Amino acid sequence: MPDIFTDYTLRVVALGAMALGAVSGALGAFAVLRRQALLGDAISHAALPGIVLAFMLTGTKATLPLLVGAALAGWLGTLFVLTIVRQTRVPEDSALGIVLSVFFGTGLLLLTHVQHMEDASQAGLTTFLFGQAATLLERDVIAITVAGGIAILLLLAGWKEFKLLSFDPIFAASLGYHVRLLDIALVSLLVIAIAIGLQTVGVVLMSALVVAPGAAARQWTNSLGAMVLLSAVFGALSGLVGAIVSAVTPGIPTGPSIVLVATGVVVVSIALAPGRGLVWQAARHARNRRQLRTETVLTDLYALGIQHAGQLHGHDARSIEALGPTRGAVGTALQQLAARGLAEQLPAGGWTLTDGGRAAAKSVLRHRRHTDPDGLDPVTGGD
Amino acid sequence: MSIAFEIQMVAIVTAVACALPGTFLVLRRMAMLSDAISHTVLLGIVLAYFVVRNLASPLLIVSAALMGVLTVALVEALSRTRLVKQDAAIGIVFPALFSIAVILVSRWAGDVHLDTDAVLLGELAFAPFRRFYWNGVDLGPRALWVMGAVLLLILAFIISFYKELKLSTFDPALAAALGFSPALLHYGFMGLVSVTAVGAFDAVGSVLVVALMIAPPATAYLLTDSLPRMLTYSALIAVASAVAGFWLAWTVDANIAGAMASMSGVAFLLAFLLAPGRGMVAVARRRSVQRVEFAQLMLVVHLLQHEDDEDAVRESSPAHLQEHLRWTPDFAERIVDRAERVRWITRGAERLELTSAGRERARFSLGE
Repeated sequence: MPDIFTDYTLRVVALGAMALGAVSGALGAFAVLRRQALLGDAISHAALPGIVLAFMLTGTKATLPLLVGAALAGWLGTLFVLTIVRQTRVPEDSALGIVLSVFFGTGLLLLTHVQHMEDASQAGLTTFLFGQAATLLERDVIAITVAGGIAILLLLAGWKEFKLLSFDPIFAASLGYHVRLLDIALVSLLVIAIAIGLQTVGVVLMSALVVAPGAAARQWTNSLGAMVLLSAVFGALSGLVGAIVSAVTPGIPTGPSIVLVATGVVVVSIALAPGRGLVWQAARHARNRRQLRTETVLTDLYALGIQHAGQLHGHDARSIEALGPTRGAVGTALQQLAARGLAEQLPAGGWTLTDGGRAAAKSVLRHRRHTDPDGLDPVTGGD
Repeated sequence: MSIAFEIQMVAIVTAVACALPGTFLVLRRMAMLSDAISHTVLLGIVLAYFVVRNLASPLLIVSAALMGVLTVALVEALSRTRLVKQDAAIGIVFPALFSIAVILVSRWAGDVHLDTDAVLLGELAFAPFRRFYWNGVDLGPRALWVMGAVLLLILAFIISFYKELKLSTFDPALAAALGFSPALLHYGFMGLVSVTAVGAFDAVGSVLVVALMIAPPATAYLLTDSLPRMLTYSALIAVASAVAGFWLAWTVDANIAGAMASMSGVAFLLAFLLAPGRGMVAVARRRSVQRVEFAQLMLVVHLLQHEDDEDAVRESSPAHLQEHLRWTPDFAERIVDRAERVRWITRGAERLELTSAGRERARFSLGE
């Protein structure tokens, strides 16, 4: 089993995957917030014709020209999407679908055309479809890091503007910012992030690396800065773990491996994020229900006490059950009330409120709007 | 039948089968679900293959269609948590399912002809080589029969549920209030989309499925406001893209699916630019006509306002218009010419004079 600290190839691949995970995570956070998650999908597919054209023009498979070609085509595709949405009534998702499939189809047309010309040097262009991190060289990693670093620096330079654009574009426009230009600038940074990931993760799966870390990070925080940072960390983590798993397990391509790790991060975040996650939601829900049930039993017992004033044998748990819409669990609620000293069970088995319980019931009823603490409701009456 | 003819037949039937349900996808703003489904059906195929170990089994198609519906259900479940928006939910679910499929194929099915490249890209050129035999009689390409059956299914569904589809597409709230079950129709429809995606994806690859499902209907959407016409136009545009794409690929010796996707893009671009009333050219022309008309009105109103001023002569000279209305000399000249031609004004010796028609028009537009 190769060791990340000694195995040169693995170290290069892991570093590259980490760098691109961090960059796409940071920029993807904005895409997720701005409901442009699928724009990443469109951009990565749209990059294919750029890659092939760059290869046809330069005749090399060096990272930089292909990266520039990918970025230019992805950028052009994005402009098309923005223009279609602005100028026609075609909905945004259709615009994304058109750009995605048409650009990719054109890329495919060019790619197969090049392949059929039997030029051996084109071999390997297809790795862009699914990505093959094993083909990463040290200079590729440097290119990824430099391009990604520039994108991150530009993001930080325009931080205030991009933040404003993401949360309140109308306010941004009223302050005199050129919103459309800002929009294009932010999307262009996303294009860079995607272009540098294509070789490792591939066209088809690159979009996941944009969406997943951002969606996961969103669960943990409400602050933009923290979210972008966390998203970058999640992205880097997914890249690192995914690349290692893919390298040490035969037959697992890098792209899918990284994507599944990132998906795992999303699932864990959605389930466990404090306050927001599904587990927390369920716990809060259960707690609220328990409290409501106890309160209902309390007020029901109070109502029974008023209706049967002077009767000292208390009330059967079953008659309380008959009052409320919730079946069962009355026993638990009564025990709980007894533990809090609000209700007591008489020796004959019936339940009744203590003085404290009556006061508590009155205060609950007073808090429920439109309820007169002594009048209860018209049907049960009272004195 | 020649090979070229057979390929085109498969392409045409596939194109129509995709464009019809695609129309509803575009109108219901669910276009990107077609992208998701066309990828995840691969997982359905792979899982069914591991069970039956036979690539020709119809179970593969059933399983793939179920996986398509499962994809939709997962996306909806995820966005119902309100923790993730719908677009992000799509962007998380389908790459994950697709990744599982790719890993399963490359790790455990490497020996089988389940090439992920072929799945993605499709190779329509091979369609004529996979024949359909009945009692030893060659009945043509298998893909033609599969897609023909899918097309009939789609037509039956759309004709049977046309009213329900139309209502739930344009007014889902009313449809629900009238007692149509939106969920049933929705999942029925998405099941149909999945079946189409599976059938088409075997013949043409998943990317072309997306192209054919979205681009022709979106193009038709630019051309008409009526649903029956939109369905017809989508089908026709899809057929045209398919045939044009085939000949393009034939000429430059390249992937047919890719060429068809490009051609559907060209069709959209043409409609985007040239659609009557809605295309860029029509819009630009309308704007320039409106600009000139508005300027003409400005001119007569301006002349009317200053008709009785002491410096009426100065205000009404053509040169002054450039200063007061900020018109370029060329533009001012053009507007004056046009206003003169429709007899709103006449050119006097040193100033422009309103005719009675021009005065009337100016008063009318001032609301007097």
